[in-house]
Amino acid sequence: MKRLSLFIVLFTAVLTSCHNRQGVAVKEVPAVSPQILNPVETDKKMLTIQGGSYLGFLGKDSGRIVEVKSFKIDEAPVTNAEFLEFLKKNPQWTRSKVSRLYADDAYLHNWKSDYEIPDNAKPESPVTNISWFAAKAYAKSVGKRLPSIDEWEYAALADEVSKDASGKAEFTQYILNSYQKKGMYKTSIKQQKPNYYGLYDLYGMVWEWTEDFNSVMISGESRGDSSQNESLFCSGAALTTSDLTNYAAFMRYAMRGSLKADYSVNNLGFRCAKDL
Amino acid sequence: MKKQLIFLLCTLFIFAACSQDRKETSVANDANSVYQLNSDWENQHSQQMKLADLNGKTVVMAMIYTSCKTACPRLTAEIKEIEKGLGNYDPKKVRLVLVSIDPETDTPEKMEEYLKLNDFVGEQWLFLRSDESSTREFANVLSVKYKQISPIDFSHSNIISVFSDRGVLTFQKEGLDSDVSEIVGEVKKQLRNS
Repeated sequence: MKRLSLFIVLFTAVLTSCHNRQGVAVKEVPAVSPQILNPVETDKKMLTIQGGSYLGFLGKDSGRIVEVKSFKIDEAPVTNAEFLEFLKKNPQWTRSKVSRLYADDAYLHNWKSDYEIPDNAKPESPVTNISWFAAKAYAKSVGKRLPSIDEWEYAALADEVSKDASGKAEFTQYILNSYQKKGMYKTSIKQQKPNYYGLYDLYGMVWEWTEDFNSVMISGESRGDSSQNESLFCSGAALTTSDLTNYAAFMRYAMRGSLKADYSVNNLGFRCAKDL
Repeated sequence: MKKQLIFLLCTLFIFAACSQDRKETSVANDANSVYQLNSDWENQHSQQMKLADLNGKTVVMAMIYTSCKTACPRLTAEIKEIEKGLGNYDPKKVRLVLVSIDPETDTPEKMEEYLKLNDFVGEQWLFLRSDESSTREFANVLSVKYKQISPIDFSHSNIISVFSDRGVLTFQKEGLDSDVSEIVGEVKKQLRNS
């Protein structure tokens, strides 16, 4: 009899502990989430861009005035050294640990190891081969966010001397020339002259992730989009761009439209932004 | 002695069952599970939830917005067809989920109204919204693209996704056409595996 009661007590104990553990296991799901981030310190300089408006480039925005609120943006792309700091604090984002949901297998493939930057790049080179999810996580960890397409395009209208150089043929030519340079992502940031606002390397170094890159629906990947969008790129796509001479912008949108958020690309990096 | 043996066996059995349970509950940590997303969502009953709350159910999901007049009604009609195609199923094991790409407009009231309007009644029907950033992130997990093109209009990809009971994306149907047999087959397969 004694034994029986002991048995019952033990049985209950085991069952209870079992339930407890089950509960804990379920709760662990968010706890291991790569989105729960340790904060990272950064002293990267940010510049304030006064809000305004610009002429939209594509589709429904083509020829439409797009309003942009004032915001802050990093003066240059995030570097290997800065990204390394982020990885040290957030190992769930290292190459060997990152979730396949958030990065394809090209993620940081050029790094020597989880915490060693590529041989052929410098600590002050822009970090590349990072997915949109990783860029977003980095931005969050430093208390910032990714810029929107409109913010990026608005800030990138400036040449060295004016806020809006979009009407200058030589500026377009400068951008197109810079797009033809190869391997610039292996060089250090801030070697070129900054633009009117003091922003470096918007052109000719890396393509940059934006928060809403997936609002560009121009590639085969946007498969069977809803009807409003058909005019965007099918047949006469280029004709909907507001300014046919602005082939450079067209290239950027085409690039964005071809991306998926888990893609990691050799010459695709990012910089962060922030509300004022 | 016999009693002791039975006791030992029972205990072992319980421990074994226990560890199995743990395995099942922790698979939401699958490398490809969307249940890793930690974003906060709100359903048509104004209840707060995480995607991980769908763990254990086979999920059919589409991203739409309630004020949509063009593609969404067709997407919604396809979801209805899919549900019909499942025949007799256990509503506890399935979640048919609409996710708003216009979370500002799509309040819980609007979401509930939309579900009712389409006769989407029962525990298996969910309409979710989050904040803009989490919505875009989730869209990116599904490779869904969308853009607000006027205060009331969005253009967007027409994709219906199927998730296993562990939140792993197993199938996507792209574009608008009426043939739902393939996606119905996939949901049934997932239900058998779950």
